Amino acid sequence: MMTTRLCALLIAALLAGCASTGNPKDPLEPLNRKVFAFNDALDTYALQPVAKGYVAATPLPVRSGIGNFFSNLDDVWTGINNLLQGKVGRAGSDVGRLLINSTVGIFGLFDVASELGLEKHDEDLGQTLGVWGVGPGPYLVLPLLGSTTLRDTANFASTYVDPVPRIERVATRNTLRAVKLVDTRAQLLNAGRALDEAAIDKYAFMRDFYLKRRQSQIFDGRPPREEDDEAALPVPFQQTPQRAADLFMAQPVETAALQTDE
Amino acid sequence: MSKILATLVFAFGFVLPALAQEAPDALVRNLSNEMSETVRSDKAIQSGDVKRMIEVVETRILKHFDFTRMTGLAVGREWRNASAEQKTALTAEFRTLLVRSYANALGQYKNQTIEVKPLKAKPEDTEVVVRSEIRQPGSKPITLDYDMGKSSEGWRVFDVAVAGVSLVTNYRETFSQEIKAGGIDGLIKTLRDKNQQSAAKLAEAGKK
Repeated sequence: MMTTRLCALLIAALLAGCASTGNPKDPLEPLNRKVFAFNDALDTYALQPVAKGYVAATPLPVRSGIGNFFSNLDDVWTGINNLLQGKVGRAGSDVGRLLINSTVGIFGLFDVASELGLEKHDEDLGQTLGVWGVGPGPYLVLPLLGSTTLRDTANFASTYVDPVPRIERVATRNTLRAVKLVDTRAQLLNAGRALDEAAIDKYAFMRDFYLKRRQSQIFDGRPPREEDDEAALPVPFQQTPQRAADLFMAQPVETAALQTDE
Repeated sequence: MSKILATLVFAFGFVLPALAQEAPDALVRNLSNEMSETVRSDKAIQSGDVKRMIEVVETRILKHFDFTRMTGLAVGREWRNASAEQKTALTAEFRTLLVRSYANALGQYKNQTIEVKPLKAKPEDTEVVVRSEIRQPGSKPITLDYDMGKSSEGWRVFDVAVAGVSLVTNYRETFSQEIKAGGIDGLIKTLRDKNQQSAAKLAEAGKK
């Protein structure tokens, strides 16, 4: 149901995007900007006040518990994706996390596994596709759902794995969904104000951040340096050519080394 | 008396250069601890006084940042075509913008803990990445990585990556758009306008 609607939206978006404006990563910019403005208004007048109320009304331990609960459900999906990416050790650790937190952690309310040294990972299907070599495709801003790319819309497939949509009782299901949304927004409250101060063009800032963040997630936090980082350096800071080459070459190798020792 | 003085002078002569060449991870750790301490204990900051926060950032932190290099990285290729005056103006405006954003962000975190990971660097390294993590109860931890370069005045930060994204290069796309539209002077003007707007808002908030 949800996916059908999304597909229709995507097709509409792609058709509208024929009027391109220049940024190759964002051919649908004019449309995206409109949706962004809509989402932003909705956030300011609805979601943000609710999230603030939620923070004010719930004591911190309760909020931690709720955050942990959803984070525990996410570990199912994280584990599957680690497996798909061939990171078997990590997938095993994710299963361990799930087992420990669902039992000792009382349905995931407490993140006991992290205390025990089983690190939380961050994986999804979009990242898996990225690891497999699929490019991001055009950047998209979806109504309500926000920033994504054509590749990352694959993440909506996780609805088939996420236990929440499988709950039969509609009221329970919708409550859980709403709480998750509010909880996620509440975690981002601090970031919002700093963003307003930092961004010259909020849309572009968030788009570039999203795209770079996905790149970083695909490389598990250590993406290779961008091509012109070194070229862009002010002249006095430019290193010998050999050093510049080091920077390009050393990074991925180091990444590989770091991934194995956990 | 003079003996004590001599010891003091000796100690200072010894300790100060050592401080200046403090290991990069130790530097980040000390600064982080100092800042969390300040945020927690300063009444004005607790009540959301951004001006005070900016003051603290200006006096304690800025000397450890290399803003010229940061601005150069953010501007990208066009940096080479900028005149010396343009570079100075750009650096000043970008610096103001970053300081204000940082002060704003810092004031928001009240019960966070910062863990700076030990650095595995060789003594001959001139560039390192110090990794740290901000933990806030009820939220996911955020990684904060500092790119640092060695200089005669000790290690200085030239880029900060939040959640794996370089804050400095995140400006590059916007900056190159601005430069395309109005040249380097256009970018300087945009930054200046943004800073003046924020300063006016801050003054307004201060009156209340």
